[in-house]
Order: sequence, then C-alpha cells, then structure tokens
Amino acid sequence: MTAFRYALRALGFALFVAIVVFLPFRLSDFRASEFALIGIYFIAILGLNVLTGYTGVISLGHGAFMALGAYTTAILVTDHGMRDIWTIPLAGLLAAAAGAAFGLPALRLSGPYLALATFGVAVATPIVIKKFDGLTGGSGGINLFEADGITGLPEFLVTLPGGKVLSFNDWLYYLTWTIALVLFAVAWAIHHSRFGRSLRAIRDNEIAASASGVWLASHKTLAFSISAFYAGVAGSLLAISAFSVQPGAFPVERSIALLVGLAVGGLGSLAPLAAGAAFLVFLPQWAQDISKAPGVPAVIYGAVLIVLMIVLPMGVGGLLRRITGPLTSRLYPRS
Amino acid sequence: MADVLQQVVSGIASGGVYALLALAIVLIYRSTGVVNFAQGEMAMFSTFICWELLDRGLPYWVAFFLTLAISFVGGVLIERLLIQTVSRSQAITVVTVTIGLLILLNGAAAWIWKGEQRTLESPFPSDTFDVGGVVIAAQDLGIIAVSLALVLVLWAFFQRTRVGLALRAAALNPESSRLHGVRVSRMLALGWGLAAVLGAVAGILVAPTQGSFDQNLMLPVLIFAFAAAVLGGLDSPLGAVVGGVVLGVVLNLVGAYVDFFADLRLPAALFLILGILLLRPNGLFGRSVVKRV
Repeated sequence: MTAFRYALRALGFALFVAIVVFLPFRLSDFRASEFALIGIYFIAILGLNVLTGYTGVISLGHGAFMALGAYTTAILVTDHGMRDIWTIPLAGLLAAAAGAAFGLPALRLSGPYLALATFGVAVATPIVIKKFDGLTGGSGGINLFEADGITGLPEFLVTLPGGKVLSFNDWLYYLTWTIALVLFAVAWAIHHSRFGRSLRAIRDNEIAASASGVWLASHKTLAFSISAFYAGVAGSLLAISAFSVQPGAFPVERSIALLVGLAVGGLGSLAPLAAGAAFLVFLPQWAQDISKAPGVPAVIYGAVLIVLMIVLPMGVGGLLRRITGPLTSRLYPRS
Repeated sequence: MADVLQQVVSGIASGGVYALLALAIVLIYRSTGVVNFAQGEMAMFSTFICWELLDRGLPYWVAFFLTLAISFVGGVLIERLLIQTVSRSQAITVVTVTIGLLILLNGAAAWIWKGEQRTLESPFPSDTFDVGGVVIAAQDLGIIAVSLALVLVLWAFFQRTRVGLALRAAALNPESSRLHGVRVSRMLALGWGLAAVLGAVAGILVAPTQGSFDQNLMLPVLIFAFAAAVLGGLDSPLGAVVGGVVLGVVLNLVGAYVDFFADLRLPAALFLILGILLLRPNGLFGRSVVKRV
C-alpha cells in the first residue's frame, strides 16, 4: 500500500471515530442503549471474523463464549465485589482460555464437522448453566441491578463540555464503542500482520499453507482463542448493559445470529461488520413494527435475510469493495 | 433386564425418527455439500400440510401421499429458486440462506396455522404387545418398520436404478457427470426433493408421539438429527441410520439410569459425540477425503 492509501484509511478511521463520539448528542436515551447493543454485537462479530473470515473455520458456538464472559463478569461483581469495568478483560481472557481448550482438540475436525460440533456446544450451553445452579443461579440467573460493582460514570464526566448530560445509557454506549474501536484496531492489525496473512493462507488452502511453513495447529488454536476473547468481552458488556445474566439469554439462536451478522456484514471485512451488527438489532424491531401478528415478524426477517444473501452474497463489505474497488484502483494504481 | 430392553426399544423408535431426518441431511450434504439447517422446518411444514389435508376430510393415506408429493415439489422449488442462486457463493452464504429459510418457515407456519397446538392422528393402532415383560407399542413398531423400509427403498434406489446412479455421479464429480450426459442441476433438485419427502415422513411419524404439536415440533429433532448425521458420518447414509438409532438408545439409557445426567441428557450425548469425533474425525462410517493441492 502506498502512503496515500494509508492516509485514506486513517482518514476513514478518524471519520468512523468522529461519528461514534458525536452520535449520542443526536440520539435519545433509548437509542443510545440500542447503539450500545450494536457495539456489543460488533465486537462479537469482529471476533468471529478472525476465525471464520480469516481462517475459514465456521463456528456456530460463539454464544457459549459470550455466556462465559457474561457469567464471569456477573459472578466477579456479585460474589467478589469487583468493579464492572475491571471484569471485562478477565472475562475476555477466561473465554480465550476456553477457546484454546476447545480449539486445540477440535482442530482434528474438518469444516462441517467442526461447525456442527460448535453447534452442539451452543445447544448444550444453557442446559449446562442451569445444571450448575450453585455458581450460576440456575434458570433465574444472576441479578446485577443492586450490585455495588455496577458503577456507571465517574463524577467529573457526567456533564460534558457543551452541556450534554450523560445518562447511564450514554455511558454504556461510550464504554462499548471505546472497547469496540480498540478491538477493531487490533483486528485491523491482525489482518495486516504476518499472522493474519498466515491465517488467510490456511483459509485458502490448508495443505499449501502448511507446506509453506505455516504451523496449522498453533495458528488455528490462536485464532480460536482470539476470537473467543472478543466473544467473552462482548458477553461481559452484555451482562453489564442488561444488569443481569440468565441461561435464557444465551440460546443457540444467539450463536446463529452472530454468524448471520457476519454473513450480512461481509466475511473478511472489518468496518462493514458494524452493518451486520446493526442488522441484528434493527431488523427484528423493524419487522415487529410492520406487523405483530404471530409469525409475521419471523417471515419478514427470514425473507429479508434470504433476499439479502441472494442480492449481496458477499455481504455489505462485498458491496462496498465492488463500489469502491474499481474507482480507487483506477485513480491510485497499486505500486 | 426387561427394564433395560424396554428403554432400548423405545430408544430405537425415537432413534428411527432421528435417522430419517439425519438421512435427509446426509442426502443434501452428499449431493450439494450444504448442511441444511432448514431441514427440520421443512419437515414441520409438511406435517402441517398433512394436518390441513386431514382436517379437510381426506382419508389418511390419501393425505399422507399427497403430502409427500407436495413436499417433493416444495423441496425441488427451494433448490431451484433459492439454493441454486447462491450455490456459487462461499459456504457461509448458503448456510445463511438455509438459516433464513428456517426462520421464514417457522414464522410462516405460526402465521398460517395461528401458532395453536394441533393433534395429528397416528397411522398405527394404539395397541401394545407384551414380549417377555417388555411392553412394545404398536406405534413404536410402526415407526421402526417405516424407517427401515424407507432406508431399504432409498438404498435400492441409489444402488440399483439409473437415476440413483446418476445422482451419485453428480454428487461425486459434477464435471465428469455433465460430460457423460447427466443433468447435474436436475439431480441436485431431485436430491432436495427426496430429502423433503424423507423429512415429511419423519414429521408425520413424530407428531402423533408428541400428543400435540405446533410450529416448534422439529427444532429438537433437528438437533438430534444433526448429532446422528455427524456421529455416523455426514456423507454416509448407513452412518446416518446407525447414528440415529444409537443416539436414540443412548439418550434413553443415559436419561433413565445415570441420575446426574437426568436433565443433562442432551449435553451428555453431544459431548459423547464430540469425543467420538476426536477419535474418528469423519464420523463412524464417513470416508476421509484425500486432498490434493
């Protein structure tokens, strides 16, 4: 990439950051919580992208890592009196360890077998959580509403310059999106590193990659682990924003939703994945707005998803590449 | 001992249903390389069609075979209209389309049939036989017989007919088959149609055993069918059948005799399968593929 293209990318990123920073000034309190949820999905999808988009390993079980992160935060906050934000990295690390533990043996499995094995983990998650009720509170879950660890905003930040008063939802929004932007930058760095190139080589041809000196086991396990870290962080933020965790919050549908968000955002893309996250939050609401008759929202959701996949098989990211690709390559040829 | 046999027999009956749906999944995976997440919902929709036909006063077997015909056409149409249009895309796009279809069909059934509980009559009498202390329900026997018969018919179709041969050829090597005059795209549509028929039979068999059913009838069955297909090997029809029956029996025995697992039946079975997969990554009967660069 030439310096000019780097500058263009940096400008794009700065624009993205600016939009993220100033959005709450234009949003109602309720909308801020919705956009916080988009940020949470964005983080989880970014992580899934490292595994599925770069490495080509389809996982249908990332809801399980989200659940692990969420329960880590909930248990640390209620039983050990930790402050919520400090539990976020711990939740990520625990999920990463679980990802490595699951990823290492699971690497023996090829594509569809691995996908269905992770699907099995996603199916089993809520049932296992309910069984160990001493730790997890069973089907009632853990309530964080009165917990001391949920702190909200530091005093000096409540009123921003310009007179904007930050509510709890605004705080959630900034917390989520700050982490999302940092993890976005990390994902970008992975994409452009030697490690990221090796992962893509594995995706494109495992045998050729291994013959070229890519150690499959370590790379795949690390990819699994990184992607589980993202999911754990997203789960932790979900627990903080919902004030509670329940097994019902992590059905197999949540794992499938992450894959759907990734497909809509575009496999292997980065910023367009935010569109996939927004799709997951807004489409069900929009479908509900059209009609609340039983079954109709699901029909709309399913139909839109199918049509979207037929029209945009590479997701929003693929569309953007198609639109911007020819123009930029004509104006600024690769050197 | 009679008690154990009792559990085994009812396990085989529920395993027979898993086997049918697993067979449908294997059929589609073998011919198109797609893991069809909508397989269960297609079966559920067929079951509702059968219910509707019976509700309008058709005799049972007329409704039954009419449902199979409608399901076949539906399966072919789904392949032609949806799957074919995305078949050149990456795997995740095709999987996402089948997930969209799952959500769509589930919603459509709730919409059309109001999301109410329905009851489907069983084709089998409600008699029970006592064989040496083991009580066998005629319904269970019927399910086992129908599953077995279907598997045999399917085996004969694939191994002993020209169309079956063409289907296998199209799945194995589309390019060469095309050169030998096999209409590959028609074969793929045929595969989806047959899978839809298998699913319809599974749905019609399983619905009466549940007492009543709604649009969520097949979601749990789909999970077991996936497990059965993976256990047996995604590309092995025999494996799907064996996997289904083994899974049905093991689930019943574990649930009945190991106290700790009483409410962990499903996770226990899934982790058992994961363990088997680690030893045999392509399932019990699946073939490992030699790859070339």
